[in-house]
Amino acid sequence: MEEIGNLFHGFATVLAFRDMNIFGVTMSIPFNVILMVIGIVLGIIIGILPGLGGANGVAILLPLTFSMQPTSAIILLSCIYWGALFGGAITSILFNIPGEPWSVATTFDGYPMAQQGRAGEALTAAFTSSFVGALFAIILITLLAPLVANFALRFGAAEKFAVYFLAFCSFVGLSKEPPFKTLAAMMIGFALATIGTDQITGQLRLTYGSTELIAGFDFLIAVIGLFGIGEILLTMEEGLSFKGRDAKMNMKIVVQTWGKLLQYWWLSLRSCIIGCWMGITPAGATPASFMSYGIAKRISKNGKNFGNGEIEGVVAPETAAHAAGTSALLPMLALGVPGSPTAAVLLGGLLIWNLQPGPMLFVENKEFVWGLIASMYLGNVVGLIIVLTCVPLLASILRIPFGIIAPIILVFCAIGAYTVHNNFFDVVMMLVFGVLGYALKKCNYPLAPLVLAMVLGDRAEEAFRQALITSDGSLGVFFENGLVSTIMTLGLIALFWSVISAGISRIRGTAPATA
Amino acid sequence: MSGDRNSAAKGPSQRSVEIGLALLILVFGLIIMAGALKAGIGWGFDGPNAGFFPFYVALLVIVAALITLFNEWSNKESQKTFAEWDQLKQVLSVAVPTLVYVIMIAFLGIYVSSAILIAYFMRVISSFSVLRTALIAILVPLVTFFVFEKWFLVALPKGPLETFLGY
Repeated sequence: MEEIGNLFHGFATVLAFRDMNIFGVTMSIPFNVILMVIGIVLGIIIGILPGLGGANGVAILLPLTFSMQPTSAIILLSCIYWGALFGGAITSILFNIPGEPWSVATTFDGYPMAQQGRAGEALTAAFTSSFVGALFAIILITLLAPLVANFALRFGAAEKFAVYFLAFCSFVGLSKEPPFKTLAAMMIGFALATIGTDQITGQLRLTYGSTELIAGFDFLIAVIGLFGIGEILLTMEEGLSFKGRDAKMNMKIVVQTWGKLLQYWWLSLRSCIIGCWMGITPAGATPASFMSYGIAKRISKNGKNFGNGEIEGVVAPETAAHAAGTSALLPMLALGVPGSPTAAVLLGGLLIWNLQPGPMLFVENKEFVWGLIASMYLGNVVGLIIVLTCVPLLASILRIPFGIIAPIILVFCAIGAYTVHNNFFDVVMMLVFGVLGYALKKCNYPLAPLVLAMVLGDRAEEAFRQALITSDGSLGVFFENGLVSTIMTLGLIALFWSVISAGISRIRGTAPATA
Repeated sequence: MSGDRNSAAKGPSQRSVEIGLALLILVFGLIIMAGALKAGIGWGFDGPNAGFFPFYVALLVIVAALITLFNEWSNKESQKTFAEWDQLKQVLSVAVPTLVYVIMIAFLGIYVSSAILIAYFMRVISSFSVLRTALIAILVPLVTFFVFEKWFLVALPKGPLETFLGY
């Protein structure tokens, strides 16, 4: 198996010692491992703090990695992502405040458990499930990503566009927001991406004479504004007060809970599968956690007790959220289509480090890809150990008053926005995006497709136009051969999924009545 | 909204904000479409012109905005409030200082502005003691300065104070 060899090579990359000059003394240190631990801890803090999510946490720190080696940079940033996934559970269970949208479902049973004095059990269950979900997804990535990438090497411009088409149609069809609002958000993203210099002809467009707009809008600014500033405004409106439960964690509780969790293996496996499915199709971690919770509630024999502190109600959403969050990196690596906003930011990072995401990555940058995959295994193990041992310490972060945290987050957002291009105009735009993000979110417009469209806009447009050039302008090119028409048809099915599923249930619903 | 009985007192109605936002999106779509037309949406020498793709994107923005607008317009029974005035005041209490902060960065640089922002939040909004406020308001920008300017060698906007100190 070539993949196993590559994977071990990846482990070697991650664990390698490097000579570093620290305060004038040259020391040999496992640089990437240290970055991993820093990333996880930062990520957990980001996950705990309201107003700082995985996506904009990574976006703020991305400029600092411009000068790093790509492999080290992606290890740092992806570990922030894992950390944020872990961190969300802590606030959900102890404070009944979801630190991240994907941990909303965890509050349903996690907080009641904490109220009953079973916080340690709930946290152990959450962290362990997260770990299991992530591990399942990483194994899936290890096995599947090279195959998908290999397959995708055959893709021409039309197929590439078809994959983007499928990804964006799934958003419209599968999101819980009104379809036309999803469409509006997505197309705003595409429109923002087109502003500036046209990549193909080099012509300026949509700048209306403004020199600031020649370079176009950077999606990092949008992420920091929409998710950072917008989130703080929302938090202020809700008037958060943190009244948390204490968590008693010790080895005994951990081992006891692990014993209990073993009997829920089928629930875990099911949640893993739901999560991976939702993560690869870009529905993301949040719907995955809700879906997994809903199905577990329906199937479990304790279903009626869900919401009153049932451990299954913690296992199901946490497993699915992590499986989805992790597997979202599969299409990003293999196809260049990110499955979540945070994966989109990481993809933006690849472009900045001059790496072309997509199938060629597996051929040209083997060390990078396998270093990243290896760091996923190690990062999640490190993350599990850190969260299991440091919960009381981490929970105390939330006891810092919001009056101190809010301005500091604002300062970091401003610094993050400025450092992207060393441009003051970006800081102004960040604020505009922030106010817009608040209004859009309050009116039920999903922000994820907007960000994804901004990241992928140029690439989707390029594929679309190149496909049309080869066909002399005929749209028939998108249904030319079996492969491209299959992907396009899947996209159309996803787009009209709500209509189709309503039709199916109507046929099913009327059938017994007539019989 | 003169017709709303209870919601008018508590805050703006969800419907009016939805309509406003949809209109804003509509205008945005129109601006993009006008720009695309100017760039040319036809077939050039070497394939589609620069405005080709943005034109259809703008078309979809406009269609989506019009449908949303229509949906909200006909949704007259909804009594939902967008947010209460008190809540909006809270939001403004962050949004306005942030705006001032961004403007200040242009003149005072990011470090001094950040110190003022943190001090304002801690002292005026959350009423912490002067000592704690001063400690954090000075410490955070100072640490940031060393991390960015010294450690990562990233230059952030600087103002008169930094010039005076020789940076």
